[in-house]
Formats: sequence, C-alpha cells, structure tokens
Amino acid sequence: MRTADVVIVGGGPAGLAAAALIHEKGIREILLLEREKTLGGVLRQCIHDGFGLTRFQEAMSGPEYAKKFIEKVQKLGIPYLTNASVICIEPSREDGQKAAPEDDIPASARICDKTGASGHIPEKQLENSNASRYKIVTYVSPSGLEKVRTRVLILAMGCRERSRGALAIPGERPPGVFTAGVAQSYMNLYNHMPGKEVIILGSGDIGMIMARRLTLEGASVKAVFELLPYPSGLPRNMEQCLNDYGIPLYLNTTVTDIHGKDRLRGVTVSEVDENQKPIPGTEREYSCDTLILSVGLIPENELTIDAGVRMDDRTCGPLVSEYLETSIPGIFAAGNVLHVHDVVDFVSEEAELMAESAALYLAEGGLPRGKIKVEPGNGVSQLVPQLVTGTRDFEISLRVTSPKKNLTLTVSQGGKVIASRKIKKAIPAEMARIPVSAGSLSGEEALIVSAEEGARV
Amino acid sequence: MSLKERTYTCIVCPNSCEITVKIRDGSVSEVSGASCPRGEDYARQEILAPVRNIATTVLVRGGSIPLCSVRLSRPIPRERIFDAISAIHEVSLDAPVRAGTVLIQDLLGLGVDVLLTRDVPALEGPFQKNE
Repeated sequence: MRTADVVIVGGGPAGLAAAALIHEKGIREILLLEREKTLGGVLRQCIHDGFGLTRFQEAMSGPEYAKKFIEKVQKLGIPYLTNASVICIEPSREDGQKAAPEDDIPASARICDKTGASGHIPEKQLENSNASRYKIVTYVSPSGLEKVRTRVLILAMGCRERSRGALAIPGERPPGVFTAGVAQSYMNLYNHMPGKEVIILGSGDIGMIMARRLTLEGASVKAVFELLPYPSGLPRNMEQCLNDYGIPLYLNTTVTDIHGKDRLRGVTVSEVDENQKPIPGTEREYSCDTLILSVGLIPENELTIDAGVRMDDRTCGPLVSEYLETSIPGIFAAGNVLHVHDVVDFVSEEAELMAESAALYLAEGGLPRGKIKVEPGNGVSQLVPQLVTGTRDFEISLRVTSPKKNLTLTVSQGGKVIASRKIKKAIPAEMARIPVSAGSLSGEEALIVSAEEGARV
Repeated sequence: MSLKERTYTCIVCPNSCEITVKIRDGSVSEVSGASCPRGEDYARQEILAPVRNIATTVLVRGGSIPLCSVRLSRPIPRERIFDAISAIHEVSLDAPVRAGTVLIQDLLGLGVDVLLTRDVPALEGPFQKNE
C-alpha cells in the first residue's frame, strides 16, 4: 500500500494552502487528492474580482487567486492527483487492523439538519485512548481503486449547495431550476447560458453575483426573493450586483409554486409571516424560464461522518479543537468543510493554521486534546473551535443570529468575562472573530460566547 | 448654504462599511464610517462618478474549456459597463492562452486594459472533455 505522512482531501483553496505550508515545515511525504480534472476548487468558476484583498492587498478574480497557490504547489513539487475521488476514510490501528468505532453516537444524531437549530456536542470528552496511528484513504482514479495509508489526514472538501429538494418547494418539476453555483459553472466554464428571464430565490452571495453575471450576458433578472427579514449575503454584493442594475430584492418573501412542463414558465411567490409561513392572499405570479436558488451552503462531510468523526449540528462540520484537530487524532479540517466562510482569504489563513498543527502533530506524535467546551450564548448561532485545550492562544470564529449594531462579543467562563471585543456591526452573512488568550482560562468549565448589542465589557 | 448627506455601502472589501458623506455647498465637507483610506476614496469617487470593475468571458477555440475569463485592469465608469462588455465579446482567441495576457489595450479609450484571468491549455486528445 502507498504510504504518506499527510494526505489532503480536496484541491481547493484550503487544500492548496495547507499543502504548501506542510511542505514549508519540512514534510515531504504528502499526497493531495482532487476529484475534479484540475486544481482550484470553486475558485475556478468565480471569475468576478474581490479575492485576495486581505492577503495580497489587491483585488483579483477567483482563478487568479487559485493560480497563486496552484503554482506554489507545483513549484514545490508536492505530489497531487486530479480525477481522484476519495470514497472512504477509515482510522486503523498501528497493526493495520481496522480500529473500533470511535464513539457510540447514533448515526441519526450526526445527520445534519440546519433547520433544526439545536446543536449537539457530545457529553463524552474526547480521549486519546482510541487514537489510531494510521488512516486508510481509499480513492478512485483513472488507474482504478487505490488505497493510501497516512499518519495525518487533512479534510478540505469544501461545501456544496442546498438544492430544491432540501427546500421542498411544491409545484411541477420542469427544467430551468438551477442552484447558483451550477448556473455559474455553466456560464463561466462551459459557455452555456441558463436562460433569458430569471428569478432568483435566496440572497446568498453567489445568487447576487449570478444576478449581475446573467444581466451582463443579456438575461433579464426580474427579482431576488429572500425568505428572511434580512439579506443572506454581504452588503457590498447588494450594492454592486443588485442596486447597480436596478434588480429589486424582496425580503420576507419566498417561492411557493413552480409552473411548467417542458421548461419552467413561471413561479408563484408569497410573503411570509414571522414564522416564515406563507401568508394566504399575498401570492404574486412571475413569468420566467429560469429559477436560480441561492439558499445556503452545506459543508460536504459524508466522508467525515463515515469515518466516525464527531460532528457539530450547528456548523454541519466536524467538532475541532483550537488546533483544528477533529475527534479522531491526526484528522484535521479547515475551510468550508469545517464551517462555511464568506471570504477566501480567511480560508487560506485557517488552512495554514491547521497545517502548522498537523506538522506539530507529526513532530510531537500527538496534540493536546480539547476538553473545554466552547458554546454559543446569546446572539451567536455557531462557532469554531468547539472544544479547546487551553494550551495556546486561539481565535473563535462565529456567526451572529441576526444583524446587530454596536455590539460586544464576549467570552465568559463561569460567569467571568475572559475576553471581549466591541464591533460596530455584525450580520449573519459575515463571520466575526474574537481572540482569546490561553492564560485567561481557568479550569475546565465551558466557555460561553455571546454577541449582544450595547452589552457590558 | 446647502447641506446634503449621503450614505454608501463600500464595495472595496467584504467589510462593507457604511460610509456617510456630508456635502456642503456642492463640495465634500466630511467623510465618516470608513475603516480604511480606500473606503474614503471610494465614497468620494461614488459622489463624483461611480466606477466598477467587471468580469466576463471570451470564446476560446481548441482549448480544454470553450472560454476564458477576463477582467479589467482598473474600474471604469459604471455607465460604460455594457459598452465594455459588448466590445470584449467581439474578441475570440485560440488556445493555448495564459493568465495575465492583455486581451485589449485601452478599452474604448477608457485607459484600462482587459486581462485574461486564467490559463486555457490546448485540448490534448480527442477524448479529453471539458473540466
């Protein structure tokens, strides 16, 4: 069996940044596996500009941002395979036998359902007892079914789009309904125009970017409808993708029926009440041949779940420590597979932080295990990391439950505030961050992270 | 004396700052809310004449994919966006092409170049499909 020190699953921004940094740390036995024909992940189809402002102080397109990392990986001679789809990850004991199941959480508890808001952090602490030294990665490539045994496994699979099926929109099932990312790949990689008269459901960033893209290529984008009382994407995209082109955004409104047989010919939209239930009598009809869905992204964790890694129902990603190590020692995660990001620069940064931890794991033969829970308090919907060791300073990345102004982020332990940060505004579309110093922690009581308007410091 | 106030959502970076500009007697008297100098420049420019960068694609013959993405070297006046798109669409290329290549110099006399933003290698064999 082929062996490696580090196997990276996914050749998008997280996998590429991790590969380069792992190599920088002197580790040479690396294998990066990418299922697409070329490296770059979703950046390949994100041709708009605005990438790299934080990291490179210049605005570039997605392909250009990806190219910087792809060229680095190629220049360093890091081994990678494209057209290689990982189908199974399994921890195995040192003797090569399959390890016992990592925990006894029923599969149902790990199934991610974002609509059910309650989170799930297992009571049982992470332990090193069941540590498996090696992981076996099975992948399919043009040369067949292959296996590689590795000491460190890096999860960098990114995320996928929520689809019509997940929304359960009633109505007929004609062609002409696309997720925003699929429409984006059709237009930007395959030269296919999805349609001429377009309605967009969901105000996620990709949906708004596609509203502009479709308009520039000659389509008529009639409106964007958002179920929530606030936009799901960044304000800058509302400004430059919708307002610039006079495309209206209707909040508290959703698509409640889809019409058409051989091709989509229209949709019914309805206003919704505060419980997001359609209000009878508010129906409006729109004719269109294309419906674009931009209704959320879901970390792609089927491999993670099958490997027995513990999951967080809030982020839909694995539970990790501040080393970005999962519940299985030696398996790490970063980027959109861990939690959905809004800015790629932070994905690269997070992947590098994770790669440093992975190098440390290899050098030390293991890392401290997270014992102290980090839990969302008032105003916080999700956060990473969820279990910390308290052995080094770290940063908590979080999302707020609703738009807030002049707010204070606080981290408290046992009623005592151990870190706080005032920020001018926060919206669910934007990840907020708060640094915590390891020295401020005492004992193993859970940390509670809150975001409150005008709160005490 | 006239005093006007306008608020802009900055598009320079994902922070999306809300920037308020006070205009006294036709000239900018105060800019507030920007968390960086680029934001302040953006708001001042937005009052004079909004500018935007745009991205589109051009056809590529014989490449691994049938098109190549492009963007502008600098933003152009917002009202010229559709003229710019039409001018760019008149051009097509033969693979292979390289990212960074200038496709059109001084687009429509606007003083900006159109740049290719990705490589498109030539199609290698008859069975190679799009990426």
